Amino acid sequence: MSIDHNPPAADDASLQNTTAEQMIIPSINLRKKRHLGESLIQGFLFVCGAFSILTTLGIVYELGKEALLFFRSPAVSLVEFITGTQWQPHVDEFGILPLVNATLMTTFFAMLIALPLGVCVAIYMSEYATPKARSRLKPILEVLAGIPTVVYGYFALTFMTPLLRGIFGSETVEIYNVASGGLVMGILILPLISSMTDDALSAVPHSLREAAYGLGATKLEVAVKIVVPAAISGIAAAVIVGISRAIGETMIAAIAIGAGPNFTFNPFRGAETMTGHIVRISSGDLSYDSMDYNSIFAIGLMLFLITLVLNIISQRIVRRFREVYE
Amino acid sequence: MNPTQPDNSTVHPLEIPPGSNLGRRHRLGKLWRVIFLASTLVGIVSLITLLLNILNDSLGYVAYEVDVDPATLSTSSLPLEQLSKDELMAILRQNISTNAYNTLETQKPFAQRSQSEVYDLIYERVIEPEVAKTWTLFDSLFYRSQIFAEVASDYPQATVSFVFWINPDFLTHPQSSDPILAGIRTAILGSVWTIAITILVALPLGIGAAIYLEEYARDNRLNRIIQTNIINLAGVPSIIYGILGLAIFVRLLEPLTSGAIFGVGDPLTAKGRTILSAGLTLALLILPLIIINGQEAIRSVPNSLRQASYGLGATKWQTIWHHVLPNAIPGILTGAILAISRAIGETAPLVVIGASTYITFDPDGPFSKFTTLPIQIYQWVSRPQSEFRNIAAAAIIALMVLLLTLNAAAIYLRNRFTRRYS
Repeated sequence: MSIDHNPPAADDASLQNTTAEQMIIPSINLRKKRHLGESLIQGFLFVCGAFSILTTLGIVYELGKEALLFFRSPAVSLVEFITGTQWQPHVDEFGILPLVNATLMTTFFAMLIALPLGVCVAIYMSEYATPKARSRLKPILEVLAGIPTVVYGYFALTFMTPLLRGIFGSETVEIYNVASGGLVMGILILPLISSMTDDALSAVPHSLREAAYGLGATKLEVAVKIVVPAAISGIAAAVIVGISRAIGETMIAAIAIGAGPNFTFNPFRGAETMTGHIVRISSGDLSYDSMDYNSIFAIGLMLFLITLVLNIISQRIVRRFREVYE
Repeated sequence: MNPTQPDNSTVHPLEIPPGSNLGRRHRLGKLWRVIFLASTLVGIVSLITLLLNILNDSLGYVAYEVDVDPATLSTSSLPLEQLSKDELMAILRQNISTNAYNTLETQKPFAQRSQSEVYDLIYERVIEPEVAKTWTLFDSLFYRSQIFAEVASDYPQATVSFVFWINPDFLTHPQSSDPILAGIRTAILGSVWTIAITILVALPLGIGAAIYLEEYARDNRLNRIIQTNIINLAGVPSIIYGILGLAIFVRLLEPLTSGAIFGVGDPLTAKGRTILSAGLTLALLILPLIIINGQEAIRSVPNSLRQASYGLGATKWQTIWHHVLPNAIPGILTGAILAISRAIGETAPLVVIGASTYITFDPDGPFSKFTTLPIQIYQWVSRPQSEFRNIAAAAIIALMVLLLTLNAAAIYLRNRFTRRYS
């Protein structure tokens, strides 16, 4: 993130000045020249850089504008939106809790898989694996991270759901259910958490490990009592990014979790996450300025804010933990 | 690590100081070592299961019933495929109504259709194969006799054949509501068009922004905001970009994205839900990734190169263009390829901006309606019938082969070029 570069041009100019004086060549003007072309290029590159600001402004403006239209509508009140347990647009019931609840339950199941497994994988890769094993295992995890989410959705529906139904009985587990989508989402997030945790563990200085070994600690004690606590902020950041990813994950939810906003705490029943709802509503022929159209912006705004806050928290944590060892 | 410890544990128990639990500590260490390794294996096993699951669905036995037996259609002893175009047209004319025949004639005159196209028409309209049941590869291999017994009792009219769902016909046929005839040609073309636009927009913008932030930007407030903003954009869920694309490209810029202001495209059908909108939306989505990867690549170019160039009197842009970029380009491209493969697999934003789910014609430009491979997969997975699951698996294989090829290219670039300065 280093955007501070000492502009070398200025240094060069002063350097050249001294040499020029020594060589006595007075006719050459050695002041820094302004080239029109150079300035144009710099201007163009600045526009490229600033373009991302436009994207953010676009997101905030459009989500805010349409969400405002949504909340202005007489059918919606903000209190009902936040506390209502029914989401049924056709009868003007707009309580977002069923959607939020499904999102949180899915995230819970995803983290149930991804957090312990991800941290264990990272500890293995960083503390136990030989460099050779590491160089073989890492690409496999990268492949896992590169598989499109629609494929994970297919996997949840055609593998995880039948598996769960086989274990718990098909009368308890519905075809579309939260648990199946959540567990597969855990597999999706596993590489993210393990690679971020791996980075955090690898950043812990070797002197700490050696000191612990010197005091007679076993390998496990060094890993769990020294390295993991020293990297705990990095691990926390990884977990938060994982949660944010799970909340924003769409295709698994749309394919495997269901298509009805049920307010239920039973993980084997179908429900609908915020993202899944947006996809279902917008895959039909959506007419502009309808309540459905505006409502996806209101849900999108909530999604955007939640993930943004989580990402910012995680960056703060990472920045603080970097300062400790650098 | 500690060579004295094993000795300690073998000494007479009484010699160990009271309270020492070395044996337990070592046993615990071994146990957890196994647990850590097992966790890693779980990751690998999940990947293998996922791939096997796809393979399992993508080939196997199929029982299908036909309306008309092709053997009875053929007028000569030759099989239907080998008949001439005129003979095939005669068969077609006999077996479908005049109206239907005329409709086909107006869609595309028969004079312009090839023999194989006419054969396809007969297959689709006259023979009309219909899937009765499909089996997975696993069942096909291990329960072969049961399958044939079941077909004989439940579907006496059906023919059973072993089908590779992913085959040349599947890749080259357009979409169809019949899984036997369906193909992913339209989806592949849609993906290619969309990604082409994404690359055209995102690559120059992304590389430009990376150069600006690494080479030009002073450490002031504005530039810090830009940098933080890019990092935050990289974490925004993809569906939010879909909503943004719907509001900006599909709705606000409809005259542009439907091609109306250029006088091309069919504004009535597409209504801004075009390849152009999709490409631009995906470009916004992968822009932060390209910028962040590009910055890393540019940062890894040693400063001595820049200083040598300045020392010879080069301007800033000359230095960047002739020295920094050529050395950073492998890294930039590696990052870009990874970002592009993310865009290829992206489904949610395109569903939100309204990619067409059922089109049978090839997209013919940026202002055309479209569907893409992941959307096609999503559509097929969402259907309850198992035969659609089979073609979804086949389409997934096509998508994964495409992505793996791209990733292999990225890894090759990375290994080939990154060790130059170390």
